[in-house]
Amino acid sequence: MIPAAFDYQRADSAEEAIALLTEHGDEAKLLAGGHSLLPMMKLRLAVPSVLVDVGRLDDLRYVRDAGDHIAIGALTRHRDLETDPLLAEAVPLLSHAAGEVGDPQVRHRGTLGGSLAHADPASDLPAVLLALGGSLVAKGPNGEREIAATDFFTGFLESALEPDELLTEVRVPKLDTLGWSFQKFNRRAQDWAIVGVAAVRAEGHTGVALVNMGSTPLVASGVVDAVNGGSNASEAAERATEGTEPQGDINASPEYREHLARVLVRRALEESGLS
Amino acid sequence: MQITLTVNGVERTAEAEPRTLLVYFLREQLGLTGTNIGCDTSSCGACTVHVDGESVKSCTMLAAQADGLSVTTIEGLADGDELHPMQKSFQENHGLQCGYCTPGMVMAAVSLLDENPSPTEQEVRLGLEGNLCRCTGYHNIVKAVLAAAEAGS
Repeated sequence: MIPAAFDYQRADSAEEAIALLTEHGDEAKLLAGGHSLLPMMKLRLAVPSVLVDVGRLDDLRYVRDAGDHIAIGALTRHRDLETDPLLAEAVPLLSHAAGEVGDPQVRHRGTLGGSLAHADPASDLPAVLLALGGSLVAKGPNGEREIAATDFFTGFLESALEPDELLTEVRVPKLDTLGWSFQKFNRRAQDWAIVGVAAVRAEGHTGVALVNMGSTPLVASGVVDAVNGGSNASEAAERATEGTEPQGDINASPEYREHLARVLVRRALEESGLS
Repeated sequence: MQITLTVNGVERTAEAEPRTLLVYFLREQLGLTGTNIGCDTSSCGACTVHVDGESVKSCTMLAAQADGLSVTTIEGLADGDELHPMQKSFQENHGLQCGYCTPGMVMAAVSLLDENPSPTEQEVRLGLEGNLCRCTGYHNIVKAVLAAAEAGS
């Protein structure tokens, strides 16, 4: 399978990438690792006429301690996240979940920013960022803005990014973590989650988010309310499907997804240390 | 566009459309047909090569993305007539049946041991999760990788 023809431009800086996006508007797509975009282009589900390759912007590939949060460059690859000692210590949920994405070959190329910007509800890391209460930094011709993860995922494969904006950084608050869990249910090792759950319990923060339970990654707000109200894991898990709209597909009916969500939320809460 | 790669230690330049996937560039422009195309959807791993020393699925990377980088294919592993230890281990442990997944499996296995020279059996199985063997010859493939790790330590 071969993608439709396009013009290829490699950006040597964030500014150059933004200038190319400004020049080409809706016709252009950013290419990072390519592991979400290229498969869609091969199926001709995406037909951009210009690809702006930002994959060599190594100055956007980092994990840094930024005081009250960990700052991660958008071009940081899953393999970097999986093996970074600072991240493993400060945000073990993200470090672990990055190691569950796809397979080693995918993790060598795929990037955190690319996965988030693609905004696929079946992807692992968007839900992880929601559970952690993180935010994203977008850079455009008029400067930078910070977007809360809860405002970022606006629809199926749609995000709050403007066509001329580049995602540059992801920020994850440093939490005083009591426990965390990432549950991914799939048929083959490398598959997308049929349903997934990211959970973190910390001092002053409870985060639970769902993979593949609607057209966007979702915060399980009913579960969070229940946990904050003193419910145990089983009681809280009963509220896992509140606000969800799971789709049916070859892997699962909506009802089966709802069942999985309840089971996986319970397991995630238990693994996070909630009785 | 003109694309230059260092393939198996030799600089190679060829013309290709920007949409050319790395696997097609290797096979059709450079004539290196050891890398197989299997599923063409980044699932099966038959097309695994190394880019700058790390395993990637060459059906899910543009040749343009690899421009200026170093690529190793299955043809680049052996030293003349002397097989790479991983190839030898696949041979000795009967780590292949039909052989279609083998080039990708070997490349993934070499990358795995580069990152984790002494893996457990479970780590080998997880490390090869991106490679499918339709003969289901996994047991001997895992044996081959463990034996290569043992021999290398």
